[in-house]
Amino acid sequence: MADFVSGFWNVYVMGLVALSLLFCVVVLVANMTKRPEKVEVQGHVWDETLQEYNNPLPRWWLYLFWATLIFSVVYLAIFPGFGTTNQHRGQIAQYEAEVARADQLYGPIFARFQEQDLLAVAADPEANAMGQRMFLTYCAQCHGSAGTGAKGFPNLTDSAWNWGGEPETIKTTILHGRIGVMTPFGSILSGEEIKDVANYVRSLSGLANDSLRAQRGKELFDQQCVVCHQADGTGNTLLGAPDLTDSAWLYGSSEATIIETITNGRQNQMPAFADFLGEAKVHILAAYVISLSKGQ
Amino acid sequence: MAQSKHEKIERSVFLMIVLTLLTVSVGGLVEIVPLFFQKSTTQAIDQKGNTLNVKPYDPVRLVGRDIYIREGCYNCHSQMIRPFRAETERYGHYSVAGEFIYDHPFQWGSKRTGPDLARVGGRYSDEWQRIHLLNPRDVVPESNMPAYYWLDRPAKVADIQAKMRALNLVGLHKYSEEEIAAAPAAVEGLTELDAVVAYLQGLGTALQNVR
Repeated sequence: MADFVSGFWNVYVMGLVALSLLFCVVVLVANMTKRPEKVEVQGHVWDETLQEYNNPLPRWWLYLFWATLIFSVVYLAIFPGFGTTNQHRGQIAQYEAEVARADQLYGPIFARFQEQDLLAVAADPEANAMGQRMFLTYCAQCHGSAGTGAKGFPNLTDSAWNWGGEPETIKTTILHGRIGVMTPFGSILSGEEIKDVANYVRSLSGLANDSLRAQRGKELFDQQCVVCHQADGTGNTLLGAPDLTDSAWLYGSSEATIIETITNGRQNQMPAFADFLGEAKVHILAAYVISLSKGQ
Repeated sequence: MAQSKHEKIERSVFLMIVLTLLTVSVGGLVEIVPLFFQKSTTQAIDQKGNTLNVKPYDPVRLVGRDIYIREGCYNCHSQMIRPFRAETERYGHYSVAGEFIYDHPFQWGSKRTGPDLARVGGRYSDEWQRIHLLNPRDVVPESNMPAYYWLDRPAKVADIQAKMRALNLVGLHKYSEEEIAAAPAAVEGLTELDAVVAYLQGLGTALQNVR
């Protein structure tokens, strides 16, 4: 790995390391003096009688220094540190070995499930346990640790699927992500008109509404909203347009929230996990999500 | 031995200082100085020498980065994925030095109370980041991160040009005069929230986000 801008720096590091070690040896050898017959004193006196001996280093202490020296030489001989030797024991090589070991261990398990149908994997307790671990690591931040979602982040435990609930569709959603956009109508419809539409939207799923407003709202809905939400309000999974007739609400079902949604629009994104997790893991995750919904 | 050899050093403060500095400097000379002459620490390349798409922070991200520093995010969030499988499984590819050449100062951090953020860019939607910064419990009920509810306010952007000029003096930044001239328009009306989200969404995206 010719990582330095010039070969000089390898020599520089090796030279300094060797010099330092040599210097330590010289100092240690110089201190291997014999214990003198009569211990000298340093010559200065404090507090009338207090004097300082000039003893050589205790042997056990000196030998500890030798031990560290020997350790450092052995370390340099085994691990990278002296020039470009022993790169195969560097941190990246160790990491790659760790990953290779794990792939060998877990690879077959993932491969076995990947060959199976998503519904079969969803019914497998072992795959579900794996799926739950991954869900808690990668998905729970938005969809909640139980998969029940939050405002703006879909509940995965119900039977409503904005982008389609077919097993393969769910897998596609995780692999490639989705961008959900609700067009803002604040500049197209007046405040009163939006309130009318909101009342009509609430009437679609049987929520309390002002029937007069809902009646007026239906006309506006038929002009503006049917392109995505369909004439009967059941939505379009190709566009991620929610079914407005069911009881699932991504952003909330109150009149005020619906007015906010229509006025300002909504935009949110499901990130793509294909590159990050790879298909084998997404397969098990998709099966886990299916099992969450099936449990209801 | 008449007079001890070390007496000369011990009795001269100047000699003592010089020799101490010499001894202490060896570590830095061996471990720090060569880093300035290493390609992987001074160029936008990964551990295998492939070029990385690392760019100096654009003005919006620069503002966001300074808010990240101001709020002390680094106290709880590191930006350094170590080469251990346990980390790369959760966060993505381990960090390489070349990704940080425009980080002055770097935000590697030294402690994780929250998760590592080195590759948080693109992991969540902008909307999630906004909700989560204003009140983390709205999306993660179990979270113990403080709510930064005040971020939805105009950012202080009057010093953006001075900031870019200052960065040109340190490190490898080379903001051109055109870029500096265009900066005020880019950050006009920017909220702190949007600046931080833009900063976070750019983190770690230079290296392909694989495990």
